[in-house]
Amino acid sequence: MPFREGPLGDLKVPLTWTAAVALIVAAVIAVAFLLADRRETLQEQAYGVTRQTVDTVAKPVSGAIAAPGRWTGLGLDYVRSYFFTASENRRLKAELAEMRQWRDRALALQDQNDRYKSLLGLRTDPPIPMASARVVSDSRGPFANTRLADAGSERGIAVGNPALNERGLVGRVVGVSRGASRILLLTDIASRTPVMIDRTNARAILTGDGGPNPKLEYLRGVDPIQQGDRVVTSGDGGVVPRGLPVGAAVKGLDGRWRVVLFADQAAIDYVRILLFKDFSQLANQKELEAKVLPPVTTEDPQSSILSTPPAAAPKPATPTPATPPAVAPPKPAPPAKPAASGAPR
Amino acid sequence: MKLGGARPLNPGRWLGVPMLMCMGATILFAAPLRVWGLQLPEPVFAMVPAFAWAMIRPSILAPFAILVLGLFLDIFWGGPTGLWGLSLLVAYAMVLILRNAMTGQSRPMMWAWFAGITGVAMVAAFLFTMLDSLAMPSLLAVFWQFLVTALLFPFAHRLVDRFEDADVRFR
Repeated sequence: MPFREGPLGDLKVPLTWTAAVALIVAAVIAVAFLLADRRETLQEQAYGVTRQTVDTVAKPVSGAIAAPGRWTGLGLDYVRSYFFTASENRRLKAELAEMRQWRDRALALQDQNDRYKSLLGLRTDPPIPMASARVVSDSRGPFANTRLADAGSERGIAVGNPALNERGLVGRVVGVSRGASRILLLTDIASRTPVMIDRTNARAILTGDGGPNPKLEYLRGVDPIQQGDRVVTSGDGGVVPRGLPVGAAVKGLDGRWRVVLFADQAAIDYVRILLFKDFSQLANQKELEAKVLPPVTTEDPQSSILSTPPAAAPKPATPTPATPPAVAPPKPAPPAKPAASGAPR
Repeated sequence: MKLGGARPLNPGRWLGVPMLMCMGATILFAAPLRVWGLQLPEPVFAMVPAFAWAMIRPSILAPFAILVLGLFLDIFWGGPTGLWGLSLLVAYAMVLILRNAMTGQSRPMMWAWFAGITGVAMVAAFLFTMLDSLAMPSLLAVFWQFLVTALLFPFAHRLVDRFEDADVRFR
């Protein structure tokens, strides 16, 4: 028997009030979600299974939707190259001639650089392996700037890996699932990247705000920056390697220094994800978090600093080599409390 | 069976179908396309049902449908979870409160109302983002998204027209 024909058929529920209660309950759930969100921490655990599942499902769907656009772009490129072959050839020849000069210069500098490194005994960074991926979806709003790439944990990609296109740094991986990874762009409001001005080595933090040109914050030094200065990653904090190209400095309409990103000069359809292990991944977090303080016992200042040196013996007639005066050996310090094996290094 | 003006709406038709269409449009517009160096706009398609559902009738299911839509936007776009759910619910509540004043007005006037409500949702998202990320989003980027979302009014108008007279108890 249908409900309306039963004894409760004439029961009038105050729908407006019930709807208001439903609205309040839904709002409370939304607030709880917002408070529980830890997206800005860029931690693997903060990404969550739901997001990973949605990314895994969205990858083939968005890939299929993006495919016609990609094919159209490839077709247009083909037509353009067919009709403009001669002018393209002239341009490429001129570029090649210029590049040959740069190649000779680069080889000379490489040789010089190798010699300096061997003279200084410098420990250089090891080469970083990378994985290529295609971008299948792209969010560009003021509150979220991310991209979904079609390579994930099966290719060794991990949270924190930097992503580049052929021009420069694009962002960092914030979530990884099987077959897909979410890249937080430099323009996202949660993005913070340590950078430096190539010309002056002045440090700053590149801060996204949802617009196309992220801000340079905490810029230090006297007159550290000029219009058009090249901005690269500084490697500070160990989250991204040093020296990755980021963009060029410009003064914004609001009077703040901003960066025109190199990565925006080309379509971000393919990205290279550097499988870079940052310092925090290399260090043993448990050892770093161990609360064992170093011993407070120090050597006795009376015997080390404040003690008077022994009376100098009368100088012999013969000249002696200029050696520092001998100092009485300090009293051995009391045995320090043995540090635990988990002491910070 | 006597229902008078009550002809309950099928939730699948007035809630489910628009919700799926919004999700589909959002996925479609997230394609990484560039035409002459310009990207596709990114309107908040979920504003259409958030406005229309409140205009059609008060409902128990609609706020939860809006919450689901908002959570989908947050997860699909990679933003903070709950941001769009809460912002859309603020807009929905605003329409619910003002629906008596809005009903029966001309189309341009309704468009203005839709733009105003979209503005409320964007301001709410702006403030929630400021509280959540402790940073100020770009006002220009917010304005662009507001503008392209406000252009979606014809879809909201069609949805309201389609279901407004279905249940005359709420006219």
